[in-house]
Amino acid sequence: MADIDVRMDQVSKQFAEVTAVDELTLEIDRGEFFSLLGPSGCGKTTTLRMIGGFEEPSRGRIYLGGKDVTTMAPYRRNVNTVFQSYALFPHLTVFDNVAFGLRRKKVQKTEVGRRVGDALRLVDLPGFERRKPSQLSGGQQQRVALARALVNEPQVLLLDEPLGALDLKLRKQMQLELKRIQNEVGITFLYVTHDQDEAMTMSNRIAVMRHGRIEQIGAPEDVYEAPATEFVAGFLGASNLLDGEVKDSDGSRATIRLRTGDAITVPAERLDGPERKVKVGVRPEKIKLEQDSEPLAGGWNAIEGTLRMATYVGVSHQFTIDGPGDRPLTVYAQNLGAETIPAPGQRVRLVWRPEHTFVVRPSEPLADWEEET
Amino acid sequence: MVLPGGAWLFVFFLVPILFLASVSLQTGNIFDGFRLTWHFRNYVDAVQLYHVQFLRSLRYASIATAVTIVVSYPLAYWIAFRGGRHKTTFLFLLLLPFFVSFVIRTLAWQFILADDGIVLGPLKRWHLLPQSFHVLATSTAVIAGIAYNFLPFMALPLYVSLERIDRSVVEAAQDLYANKLEVFRRVIFPLSIPGVFAGVLLTFVPAMGDYVNASILGGTKTTMIGNIIQLEYLTNFHYPIAAALSFILMAVLLLGIFVYARVLGTRSIEEYV
Repeated sequence: MADIDVRMDQVSKQFAEVTAVDELTLEIDRGEFFSLLGPSGCGKTTTLRMIGGFEEPSRGRIYLGGKDVTTMAPYRRNVNTVFQSYALFPHLTVFDNVAFGLRRKKVQKTEVGRRVGDALRLVDLPGFERRKPSQLSGGQQQRVALARALVNEPQVLLLDEPLGALDLKLRKQMQLELKRIQNEVGITFLYVTHDQDEAMTMSNRIAVMRHGRIEQIGAPEDVYEAPATEFVAGFLGASNLLDGEVKDSDGSRATIRLRTGDAITVPAERLDGPERKVKVGVRPEKIKLEQDSEPLAGGWNAIEGTLRMATYVGVSHQFTIDGPGDRPLTVYAQNLGAETIPAPGQRVRLVWRPEHTFVVRPSEPLADWEEET
Repeated sequence: MVLPGGAWLFVFFLVPILFLASVSLQTGNIFDGFRLTWHFRNYVDAVQLYHVQFLRSLRYASIATAVTIVVSYPLAYWIAFRGGRHKTTFLFLLLLPFFVSFVIRTLAWQFILADDGIVLGPLKRWHLLPQSFHVLATSTAVIAGIAYNFLPFMALPLYVSLERIDRSVVEAAQDLYANKLEVFRRVIFPLSIPGVFAGVLLTFVPAMGDYVNASILGGTKTTMIGNIIQLEYLTNFHYPIAAALSFILMAVLLLGIFVYARVLGTRSIEEYV
């Protein structure tokens, strides 16, 4: 119990007719970099705002470090927020912005000076004390917002898409920077984002959210390699999904027969429940493309198709293949420079290891979440 | 671009100002006509004769401006932060009485506050107030009238400055351990200062030259400089004195605004914009 920082127990939030967060239960460990990932409107920001105290849950309890804070005012909570818009105080200097929280807590003047200095060094902005926010670039404002929150050494730092307004290069740089800072200070970070790369790069664990519910919680590699639902498979990276039916499982291996008759072998633990109609998936970079004249390696899954398009991306080749499913299949092949590239129209064989195969329950069409973003 | 604006200013501002300046330095009377004699004594006479009314106007305008701040700040704050979907409705309600003419509104107050009127009459009959009690013709009546009449000029800029405060900044202050009072004192109030600044200018300047309130709600002891200027112009036909008074009023206001802007800072306004 002691090493759980945030606990949400069946928390719901209702806005008029809309259920923004639906019976959410969640535990975040101390010192963890935890991300809430999902499309806009999935309830991730509302979840964050309830932990920060800006929204009161309609039902359920929220605990911080074991203490029930469900109805506690934001200024009494030992959490700090980095806002999406930074929300720096425009009338105060960088120093006064960062010192704001410490002064409200009546920290001694000399200590305020020392800690503000430390915080600004931590975010790599020493010497900016006298500037006003309007004199800073977006990236610098972002760092001030981070320093302003971190300087209070909160139990949990809440970050609401803090990198959303930065350009791609700066965002990549800040992702590594945030990870470094989190390692350095050891504070629990709860990070809200709709960017899967961002969540995967930085997080210890990710909760993928949709329609106010958590679809899956796990380490980035678990969520990516073995998505629990069709939505997760589609939201985190590209995936190839094929309709199938579970035939038999003999303990460690299970066989799924595709509509076309091809049999696909999957690790039995990937099967979730007694469901018979499922979708089998495989990530594009896990697939090897072979000429169908080559002998088939034993134990690998294989399906055949016709190459429709080969795209040169530089770091890789990207292939689009008309296979057995209704949607074309995608394959990424690293550009090693030695392989022969098949030509469009050619028959090809797609092979991959059974352990790279995942099984998901079919959900509504993915167009559903694309509309929201 | 400069030319049309410049021409406009020349015709409608500079020419009348120069004409007024010329009048203020003339001597003569309405029957024989006035001639420009560079008679600077007009200014000395104006100050000697009417410095009492001048200082009184300064005092009334200052108090009335302070009253408008005290009354309209909570009003503007409430509409901006708590108005929700009905903000425009509340603003409209606030402005509704001001669609009626300035003079009519003031006359209505004269009617309401009359010595034996609908408020004081019954109170006196029931012996809740002494027979000699009166509100009209006191400085309180005049100041209250000015404050009432200029309320929107304070409330609207205040509302605008409060309305445009980023709500996430308020949340950030709450997040950083500021309680309600501290959120107001450290964040909301400092960020609303441009509105206070604009409101004070829009209220104090016209209040200083106002004569309607003093003539309708006031008495002989509440005469303001606006009443004197009106009297000298329209009743006594002492054009040079009236012109000199107008110039002094303008100079005092300009100087006051300049000092005020220096202290409270147009610099800080630019930063907020």
